[in-house]
Amino acid sequence: MEKVIEVRNLVKKFGSFVANDHLNFDVFKGEIFGFLGANGAGKTTAMKILCGLSSPTSGQVKVAGFDIYKETEKIKRNIGYMSQKFSLYEDMTIAENIRFFSGIYGISPSDRKEKQEKLLKDLDLETAKDSLIGSLPLGWKQKLAFSVAIFHDPKIVFLDEPTGGVDPITRRKFWDLIYEASDRGITVFVTTHYMDEAEYCNRVSIMNNGRIEALDTPENLKKQFGAKNMDEVFLKIARNTE
Amino acid sequence: MKQFIGFLRKEFLHIFRDPRTMMIIFLLPIVQLLLFGKVINTDIQNSKIAILDQSHDNTTREITSKLMSSGYFVLGEELMPGDDVEDVFRKGKVKMVVSFGTNFEQTLERDGKVDVQLLADASDPNTARILTSYASGIINDYVKKEKLQNIQLPNQINTEVRMLYNEGLKSVYMFVPGIMAMILMLISAMMTSISISKEKELGTMEVLLASPLKPIQIVLGKVTPYLLLSFINALTIIIIGVFIFGVPIKGSFIFLMAESFLFILMALSLGILISTIAPNQMVAMFISVLALMLPTILLSGFMFPIENMPLPLRIISHAMPPRWFIVIIKNIMLKGTGIMYVWKETLILMFMAFVFIALSIKNFKIRLE
Amino acid sequence: MKTLFYVIQKEFIQVRRNKTMLRMIIMIPLLQMLVLVFAATYDLKNVNIFLVDKDMSSTSRELASKIDASPFFTINNTSFNPDEGEKAILDNKDHMVLVIPQGFERNLIRDDKASLQLLVNAIDGQAAQLGYSYAASVIRDFNKNIIAEWKGLPEFNTPYQINSVSRFWYNSELEYKWYMAPGVLCILVTLIGLFLSGMSLVKEKEQGTIEQLNVTPIRKIHFLAGKLIPFVVIALFDLSFGLVVAKVVFNLPIVGSLWLVFGFGMLYLLGILGLGLFVSTLADTQQQVMFVTYFFMMIFILMGGVFTPVDSMPHWAQVVDEGNPIYHFIRVMRMVVLKGSNFGDLIHEFIAMSIIGITFLSLAVLRYRKTA
Repeated sequence: MEKVIEVRNLVKKFGSFVANDHLNFDVFKGEIFGFLGANGAGKTTAMKILCGLSSPTSGQVKVAGFDIYKETEKIKRNIGYMSQKFSLYEDMTIAENIRFFSGIYGISPSDRKEKQEKLLKDLDLETAKDSLIGSLPLGWKQKLAFSVAIFHDPKIVFLDEPTGGVDPITRRKFWDLIYEASDRGITVFVTTHYMDEAEYCNRVSIMNNGRIEALDTPENLKKQFGAKNMDEVFLKIARNTE
Repeated sequence: MKQFIGFLRKEFLHIFRDPRTMMIIFLLPIVQLLLFGKVINTDIQNSKIAILDQSHDNTTREITSKLMSSGYFVLGEELMPGDDVEDVFRKGKVKMVVSFGTNFEQTLERDGKVDVQLLADASDPNTARILTSYASGIINDYVKKEKLQNIQLPNQINTEVRMLYNEGLKSVYMFVPGIMAMILMLISAMMTSISISKEKELGTMEVLLASPLKPIQIVLGKVTPYLLLSFINALTIIIIGVFIFGVPIKGSFIFLMAESFLFILMALSLGILISTIAPNQMVAMFISVLALMLPTILLSGFMFPIENMPLPLRIISHAMPPRWFIVIIKNIMLKGTGIMYVWKETLILMFMAFVFIALSIKNFKIRLE
Repeated sequence: MKTLFYVIQKEFIQVRRNKTMLRMIIMIPLLQMLVLVFAATYDLKNVNIFLVDKDMSSTSRELASKIDASPFFTINNTSFNPDEGEKAILDNKDHMVLVIPQGFERNLIRDDKASLQLLVNAIDGQAAQLGYSYAASVIRDFNKNIIAEWKGLPEFNTPYQINSVSRFWYNSELEYKWYMAPGVLCILVTLIGLFLSGMSLVKEKEQGTIEQLNVTPIRKIHFLAGKLIPFVVIALFDLSFGLVVAKVVFNLPIVGSLWLVFGFGMLYLLGILGLGLFVSTLADTQQQVMFVTYFFMMIFILMGGVFTPVDSMPHWAQVVDEGNPIYHFIRVMRMVVLKGSNFGDLIHEFIAMSIIGITFLSLAVLRYRKTA
């Protein structure tokens, strides 16, 4: 299986505080990879490094086949990102946001029109094309942000706590979108602290205090820790490392 | 009471943990004082002029040297006959050209009179006026001293001038009160309004209102740090003004601080009022700059004398608290007057503070409903 | 290259939707041109004089009426006691006291000389200088007239007379507003440019959209140019708006080429906006941007010669001013608008402004990192 992300001995320090302590893992093409852990465990820090938003203190990292130190800009062409703050411009319409971001990724206007129509149809938002993002309910914003993040068909899409603040049904619908993307061959790298979402992933890693304490499929992890669900797996890990 | 102290401590921490803003708050008055004290001034001196001398005789040379040694002028260019005078003006090289025609001395001897042309670049009309006035004064002086020494002129009026309150004509005397007003407005009014609006914008204001803290305690807590900072700044400005620039405090120092305290209170209440109107920081900032800072600088008599402004602006300036404060400070520091001379202005400031507080309370109550 | 287009397009959309910004864009030029130009006047008018006439002779009364008749002065109060005059200055009722001593007329006729005393409130140095020079010239004129009257000559001729003939070029009516308007336009352009572009950048930081942009392949240069160019355009628009207001309201002559005005305007803006961008890369909050920007702007404006003459500054300050973009831009504005200077006259300013502009822009570009 093709590796789209390779991380070897990744260390990130802020002063003397070690946020990421020698991380080692791979992510394979087409996977839905869950990057779990409590708040403050170092997930967001690691993800920002993978996206090229911050640089490692040491270690080797390759994303989409490119080196994180030397080929950062090439990586950016091949990835998508959805931050915790949703990242679409609140004071612009859906259409305007799409036009802007697709323009930056070099998508031609005709291609854009085609894809935009499909996107709006899939999300059932055709009538809202000229609505300001700021006027939309949270659930719609999240779906839109995700769709815009993969608009340019990147190899990998990074999602940082994408489902914060919405009800379980809306979350479930969001994960439908993730599945669709994964079916299209896009690798999904998602961080979350909702342990039930862990069940939706192909493989998950669980971080605690800057280290990866477990990495496997949800099934295997539950067997390994004798747990009924991922919540329990996580609690057992957390207790072990206390 | 304990909650209040805790809240107060948080407010102080907020401010002190923002080093950039702190730096600016303390640096600003010092830099301003330095600027106004050492760098800029409204006196006209060392203006660059050019001499176009088509005679080069003794008289022209003597006049030239008298002009140059006056301290008002500096030689920018020496022009040759045939040179384009417009050129030096267009290049902005000199402010005035003193032009002597041909056969200057001979004409003077022969006809008893001769003209000197003072060509002034009136794009800066004040400088032009003052320079031509100085130049003609120096030339007249020259005539009296050199040419007419032995002749008793009839009916000479001699004007003695005494410059009061500022013999050295030091601009800083005028500016220290203005700087005080501006800095106090900036810290007390603008920063208070921004600080409170920020809490509103971030939503933490609601958290505070839901806490056991009474609204009055919240407001006091927000306001106290800026009160302190303003006071420290006021002191700093006065100290620097007095010890570095020699601005006198002819009146009572206590009275000076009391009036400053009054002004700070007024400014704080104004800041609170603005924050009750503004929904977020940006609007608070916008209102503060437009309604506070600019008028403070422009319409308060700080830099520009109010008497010279057109009537509508003079009327508006009456509504500007800094205007009254500056009058009070100037009186206390430079003229040494007591309350008898400034009771009117003091009362006005008190009234304004009262109005602002009343309006704020009203607005606050409306919000709570 | 195309990305640049998209970035600029986005910026304009956002400005259009930002009601506060739009209001600022229209209101600030109006406010500045109407209020600031009228307020920032060192023109001396309506100087109140306190007259102490101890002589009460026909000559002294003539002098008094001559002074009162002058457009600059108004005799507000009179008294026999000079102390009351000083008190009037203390009370801010009068600006100057003219003391005509007893025996003025007699001394003038008998001894051929007499003295007057002028007490001037010198707290405002320039006003004092101006006021004094006006008063002195009125008195000199009066002196000439009475000599002519008494000696029966149209103009008393001393054996030597050197007449200073003043010619005021470019502004023969000495309209102070013509001097202030270009200065205010500079401030206007600076305010709009700095604040709007700085706030726009910090707003993205605070909203989090800047992170989104940093992840895209957008080039740093394009992003920064997108933060800059729209506000250059807006500021230049405001510049023309301000010029129109100036022309309509106080008949400001525009002697030189408008191309030069806008060309240098653009050069200036690139520099000052570069500074603004640089400041916002250093700041985290809008408040910080505001204060730091205010700080620099104040220094630049005060030292730039907008309100006070640069020639009067100490030499070291004038040297420092070479790095002050406002200083150069104001010179250019005043020279082009009032005197019709052409590009050849402004080479020095062009070079200085270019160096400053390139420096600030480079600082902003170097400092901005997509990857932290």
